[in-house]
Amino acid sequence: MMFSSISLTGKLHAGLEELQARASTWWVMLQISIQERFVYRGDFVLGTLMRFLPIVTQIFLWGAIFHANARETIAGYTYHNFVAYYLLTMVSRAFSSMPGLASGIARQVREGEVKKYLIQPVDMITVLLLARVAHKLVYYFVAALPFAAVFYICRHYFPGWPDPEVMAAYILSLILAFLLGFFLEATLGLISFWFLEVTSLLFVYMLFNFFFSGHMFPLDMLPEPWLTLVNFLPLKYLAYFPAAVFLGKVQGGELVMGLSVQAGWVVFFIILCRWTYARGIDQYSAYGG
Amino acid sequence: MAITHYWRVFMTFLRNSLVRDMTFRWNFIINSISSLSWVFMNLGFYILIFHQIGSHGELAPQSGWRQYEFFVFLSTTLLINSIVQTFFMPNAEEFSELIRRGGLDFALVKPIDTQFLISLYEVDWSSLANFVFGLCLLSYSLYRLDYHPGWFQVVAYPFYVICGVVILYSLMIALASTSIWLGRNQSLYNFWFYLTNFSRYPMEIYRGPVGDWLRRIFTFLVPVLVVVNVPARLLAKPLEPEHWWLMLYALAATVGSFALGRWIFLKALDSYRSASS
Repeated sequence: MMFSSISLTGKLHAGLEELQARASTWWVMLQISIQERFVYRGDFVLGTLMRFLPIVTQIFLWGAIFHANARETIAGYTYHNFVAYYLLTMVSRAFSSMPGLASGIARQVREGEVKKYLIQPVDMITVLLLARVAHKLVYYFVAALPFAAVFYICRHYFPGWPDPEVMAAYILSLILAFLLGFFLEATLGLISFWFLEVTSLLFVYMLFNFFFSGHMFPLDMLPEPWLTLVNFLPLKYLAYFPAAVFLGKVQGGELVMGLSVQAGWVVFFIILCRWTYARGIDQYSAYGG
Repeated sequence: MAITHYWRVFMTFLRNSLVRDMTFRWNFIINSISSLSWVFMNLGFYILIFHQIGSHGELAPQSGWRQYEFFVFLSTTLLINSIVQTFFMPNAEEFSELIRRGGLDFALVKPIDTQFLISLYEVDWSSLANFVFGLCLLSYSLYRLDYHPGWFQVVAYPFYVICGVVILYSLMIALASTSIWLGRNQSLYNFWFYLTNFSRYPMEIYRGPVGDWLRRIFTFLVPVLVVVNVPARLLAKPLEPEHWWLMLYALAATVGSFALGRWIFLKALDSYRSASS
């Protein structure tokens, strides 16, 4: 009895130590990535502002459509809703888009850089995830000002701040969107263990993502059977869903359901990503020098 | 003499690129399909809009851009952009590499106009898939239109499509030239995309005080609004007196853009200092 309790505390202690060691490794990796990111800060600010330009034409287009057809709402959206929607998808995309992630993994596989992770006591997916978190943190830090300016100028397009619960759900959906975007694209990148060249696959993904994530228009505008199709895809949680939550389009039970499905997709892709990585390593043959 | 000479060189470029494209046949097919997919998605977006407002709904107040009129506009965008992508885009992307690595030296010593050489050296045949689709969409939209253009419009249309190509090309060469001064210009493609994005919509959508300014800037300062709007309007809508002004202005804008583009290119060449080698 006595003996087993000692070994339990011992185990617990060892476990805590290991966790601490891991956390400090993660912290170092995060710091390195943050410093790396700050090297190109000027490019960042300019890039952020330029990304709003395509939205300008979209806003003018919808303004003209509403005016020409003397409509109050189109597909349940007022003109103001449309503008707010497009701006909010920019926020969603700031969380869920992972530029260069999949193609970066594919390059590392192709050029044999992956073996670095096989001999170092760090895990490839963890390193990439932390680098991405660092990338995003720096991005928000630099992009906060241009984003705040644009949202302030456009504030009258918004119905006002949502309730605290909705706001909490919105932030949760953004974090889930980040995780979903990461593990989805990482899985795509890992496919390069089998096919060395995945550029065209990534292009197709980008295409579908652009259209079916809701970046181009609010997805609930779609007629059947497209609407059903889109609801069965994980892509809508990358841009449409968080924006719809903020605008109060998804409420009550539907909101809980939506968040659960989003979390479900995240878990699904974490498992798929892990599995793909393990299987990929098994048959990896270290090309390149 | 000089023209036939240049023509033969151009034909050689065409042939070389075709041979290269046909060597990697699957790559060619995949490229064609993927650029077509972008077009289908874009078309899908507008079909969705007209599904919501009805095919007789207008894109902008009193503009006459109803569904099939606008599809004429969309096919014009496709035709012009696919020509630019086929002939000039791969070269503009290559140009900044030529400068960074010093490869421009070899272009400068050749007994041919440098701008001609670096603008047309590589041809991306797979982008012509969009051109073919643009022609199909154009024919279908014209067939569905109640109005039929007269002979003058049919003749003037291809001419103004070419004018549009020239304006976009001049803008591209001017942007690409800046990489001589900047050493490397990676955001060139992004900037190009964001700028030409304004040309993809009928100019009537730019309304209100901000819209008026945007319309003026993109008509007179950087004439990207002229590119698609003039030929598309010419073909899709009955001739009106204001068309003459637009046609005249488009012609002036084309000549002006080309001259300015060439001037910037030559100025940039003056300050080229070879790299490495």
